[in-house]
Amino acid sequence: MAIPISYSLRNLWVRRLTTALTAGGMARVVFGFAAVLMLARGLEDTLVSTGSPDNALALRRSSQAEVQSILSADQAAVVETQPEIALDGQGVPLAQREVVVLISLTKQGGAGPGNVVVRGTSPLSLAMRRQVRLISGRMFKPGSSEIVAGKNIAQGFVGAGLGGALSFAKGSWRVVGVIDAGGTGFDSEIWGDLDQLRQAFRRNVYSSVLLTLREPGLYEPLRKRLEDDPRLTLEVKREQKYYEDQSEAMARFIRILGLALTIIFSVGAVLGAMITMYAAVANRTVEVGTLRALGFRRRDVLLAFLAESLLLSLLGGLAGLAGASLMQLVRISTTNWATFSELAFNFRLSPVIVLETLAFALGMGLLGGVLPALRAARLNIVEALRAE
Amino acid sequence: MSTPPESIVEIENLCKSYRRGDQVIPVLENISLSVPVGQFLALMGPSGSGKTTLLNIVAGLDRADSGRLVVAGTEIGGLGEVDLAAWRARTVGFIFQFYNLIPVLSAFENVELPLLLTPLSRHERRSHVALALDLVGLHQRRSHTPSQLSGGQQQRVAIARALVSDPTLIAADEPTGDLDKVSAEEVLELLARLNAEFGKTIIMVTHDPRAAARAGRVLNLDKGALIA
Ligand SMILES: Nc1ncnc2c1ncn2[C@@H]1O[C@H](COP(=O)(O)OP(=O)(O)OP(=O)(O)O)[C@@H](O)[C@H]1O
Ligand SMILES: [Mg+2]
Repeated sequence: MAIPISYSLRNLWVRRLTTALTAGGMARVVFGFAAVLMLARGLEDTLVSTGSPDNALALRRSSQAEVQSILSADQAAVVETQPEIALDGQGVPLAQREVVVLISLTKQGGAGPGNVVVRGTSPLSLAMRRQVRLISGRMFKPGSSEIVAGKNIAQGFVGAGLGGALSFAKGSWRVVGVIDAGGTGFDSEIWGDLDQLRQAFRRNVYSSVLLTLREPGLYEPLRKRLEDDPRLTLEVKREQKYYEDQSEAMARFIRILGLALTIIFSVGAVLGAMITMYAAVANRTVEVGTLRALGFRRRDVLLAFLAESLLLSLLGGLAGLAGASLMQLVRISTTNWATFSELAFNFRLSPVIVLETLAFALGMGLLGGVLPALRAARLNIVEALRAE
Repeated sequence: MSTPPESIVEIENLCKSYRRGDQVIPVLENISLSVPVGQFLALMGPSGSGKTTLLNIVAGLDRADSGRLVVAGTEIGGLGEVDLAAWRARTVGFIFQFYNLIPVLSAFENVELPLLLTPLSRHERRSHVALALDLVGLHQRRSHTPSQLSGGQQQRVAIARALVSDPTLIAADEPTGDLDKVSAEEVLELLARLNAEFGKTIIMVTHDPRAAARAGRVLNLDKGALIA
């Protein structure tokens, strides 16, 4: 049996101030590491859950986002009559032509202008997007200049609250309702009547057609037929995949930049752990000599000091994670690169992030502890015993 | 081992020197010595005469440069590092001048340490430790840490640690060197008991003539050589 783990634990406890300071340094880096992952994850979750599994989106081929896509009325008509499309109770196909434009509105609290997605649609889209609910007021009337605002827009922009009025496209638009899209991207959009908005923005084309499939499995045949049709030059994406693709570039950027920064900062924390552990070895040289005299092997000593360093980093890891989990309460708003519109989302902690973060913390502990532990293991017994 | 060897330590022409830079410092020169099983041997001599070095070599902590060395039936010079560590755990109990207890462990846990290197179960370890602590009269103090014990008590815990795994040889380097008269007397009494009642072979390095007087045999080392 090796040197018991309680030996390592109690040595951390005996010098608890040093332990706390060293673990604190690691906790800060761990916090940053976890926060970056939570940020990227929150962004992905927000965008991915914006889509529904049985919805598909028809766009012009190779357009990254609805804002860049143009569909003619003829193309839209072909899409709407495909047999895979579900019908509602009255036998009406669940297909919705939409137009998406970007406008600039003034943020609350003097934060300047921000881009907002305005979606021309019809009340049918509320039925097709089941995660979207009206939380106050009512839906816009078809054919009117009424609009509903996503809850982030209603809170974040001047005049976008219920009963307010927004000026854009040379008109005044009355906010008659607020929608809650359950934290998804639609929370950061404004919806109004399709034809009113097309007229106001002088568009005689559409951006996309949203479809609800009779069942998710029918997506492939539909996609193949529409994309193979040479008249259409269309691309059909699952709604979820469409939003996932939007999140990809941004989430990757956050991860790469954020992790690069945390790794730079982690050098300091690793050095801190290393200094602490070297000091521990120096203070316990006679102890190491004694353990070796009693018959413990070099490997046992190595493991005892490594365990101490790993426990230290685990402590830092747990403290950092505890802090990071509080970040879930923080909501942040940023520009969605794919649409150049404002998108609000939360830091989100997941079991995978917890494991990744603890592994990162333990990695720091291992790096910081390995050289001191090797020094302890390599001590000559007789010299260690003389080191009173 | 049904028939124990006549002598537990057999040394012939043992030499040891240390190197300091390119200077070679001879420490032990041509030592030959035989210690019978069950002997209580005191090693005396002036400071720097090589007493600790000789004890360390016999106890498998240090290596000789040349000479033959058989301890408890094993030629320990031929053992590798790992085998030597296992041999020490089985064969030798150590007592140091400054007790060398592990500060973060209780008296019980300190005494238990050598048993962690044996296949004994937790339950067996517990009863062995209790027995050893009883023997040194410190069972009441089993949950105290070294800093809560006096020097004499710490050395008695160290003695319990040295005998708990039932070693054939006890190596004690100035075990009373840091103790007051009364505590030193207690420690010597214990060592004498271990020798007389349990038949333990003891090699004790000491400066103290009263300690040496408790031993069955006294050897003097001077400038690395044994003098009669
Ligand atoms: N690691 C080492 N490197 C160099 N010289 C050493 C080393 N260890 C011991 N010596 C030298 O070997 C000689 C014998 O040392 P040793 O500790 O065996 O003496 P000792 O008889 O135990 O002395 P004391 O009574 O002071 O404990 C001394 O001159 C010492 O300086
Ligand atoms: Mg000495």
